[in-house]
Amino acid sequence: MQQTPLHGFHCQAGATMVDFAGWQMPVTYEGLVAEHHYTRQHASMFDVSHMGRVEFSGTDAEALLERLNTRPIASMTPGQSRYSHMCREDGGILDDVIVSRLEDRFLVVCNASNRAKLLPWWQQHAAGLQVEINDRTESTAMIAIQGPDAIELMNELLPIQIDDLKRYHFRAGNMFGNEYLVARSGYTGEDGVEIIFPARFAETAANMLISRTAGMDRPIKPAGLGARDTLRTEAGMPLYGHELSEDWDPISAGQAWVVGKDKDFIGREAIDRVRANPEKTLVGFEVDGKRTPRQGAPIESDGQAVGVITSGIKSPTLDKIIAMGFVPPALAEAGTGVRIALKATTLDARVVPLPFYKR
Amino acid sequence: MAVRKDCLYAQTHEWFLVEGNAVTIGITKFAADQLTDVTYVELPEIGTELAAGDSFGEIESVKSTSDLYTAVAGTIEAVNEALADQPGLVNEDSQGQGWMIKLQASDLTSLEKLMDAEAYEKFTAE
Repeated sequence: MQQTPLHGFHCQAGATMVDFAGWQMPVTYEGLVAEHHYTRQHASMFDVSHMGRVEFSGTDAEALLERLNTRPIASMTPGQSRYSHMCREDGGILDDVIVSRLEDRFLVVCNASNRAKLLPWWQQHAAGLQVEINDRTESTAMIAIQGPDAIELMNELLPIQIDDLKRYHFRAGNMFGNEYLVARSGYTGEDGVEIIFPARFAETAANMLISRTAGMDRPIKPAGLGARDTLRTEAGMPLYGHELSEDWDPISAGQAWVVGKDKDFIGREAIDRVRANPEKTLVGFEVDGKRTPRQGAPIESDGQAVGVITSGIKSPTLDKIIAMGFVPPALAEAGTGVRIALKATTLDARVVPLPFYKR
Repeated sequence: MAVRKDCLYAQTHEWFLVEGNAVTIGITKFAADQLTDVTYVELPEIGTELAAGDSFGEIESVKSTSDLYTAVAGTIEAVNEALADQPGLVNEDSQGQGWMIKLQASDLTSLEKLMDAEAYEKFTAE
């Protein structure tokens, strides 16, 4: 089991640690619901160092990434980041990633669980091209500061200005000789930044963010993977292994917007065929009662199995049971009633628009 | 993490307080912490007969659902009704007010396979 450069920080903070995609990660510190509310109301710090960080450089890096990604890459300017999917020839989603364009190279942030399969896939497609692929996951750390206070606080704490940074843009800075990148992005439905810096500087940086705000009315507090999952679910954001999988394509996953219209990429033809005749789409549900349906729970309509739940939580913000799942397009309209089967009972649910929560 | 010395423990993180043939069962603080904030506990009806290794219910947290297991065969004598309105008791006082079921054991021999407090603490520290 791998440890992030912030492992010592988590232990000192009294985190409950869990195994996640081969990494020991904090699931909670104070408590999931408390951390969730704190992120929605103030600002939290998440260790996301388990995610893959891989650099692409060389004259053909742009062309390779253009071919690997469903969204356009060549049109990006230095300082810009873009959320995208990477697919197989048959349209199956290999991963969802964020591609950032630096002056002389690209940085791809991928899911921890997919890094091992992506590295050889990328190398295979780089054969014969002028591209160097360097895995920086272990030599760097990544934290996310998220919440309505995040930008103001980080603008004071960081030596560079970030409050004028546009969403999905980043800036490089330097602290005590340590180069870092600050991107205005996140996975919580809140405003905030994600920062990548050298692994050796991680603990110092995390302690600094916590200690320098400790005396304030609303200090930055650490939050775990548990709150990260409930926050992203409320925000209707897909998670690889739940809403996204190699077994289906971006259209079926309800993410048609990530498929660039006027570009070529691996999987394009297969995805166009699905687009012409989609069999399923992703919808949100509000569920009656106290019980929460989880991934894999069958969705029924008129006694027939019509789909499956991908994620379900008790929403701390809405104080309701919410879920996402796949249904045929004909059942995707808001207000449509369905039933969701658990082991020994069935729950009534209604389709609601995504996201469940918008800041 | 300190656990009650007077209980036995399963690898699936349930605790068993044995008083004669009466066995009280719940889950440990370790398990409750891993589950995060508990939102719902599904418990069996009084009178339900269970074999050792049977699931006696399900526990839901904000983020996940897990099965609950008994390591002892017996008949359900009582369930903790307070959990219906206060499932958070499992987080707050897992080995006290957060208890789940009491059963009248029909065969105590399966308890031999369980861990004592010291062994369980070692098990969860790994």
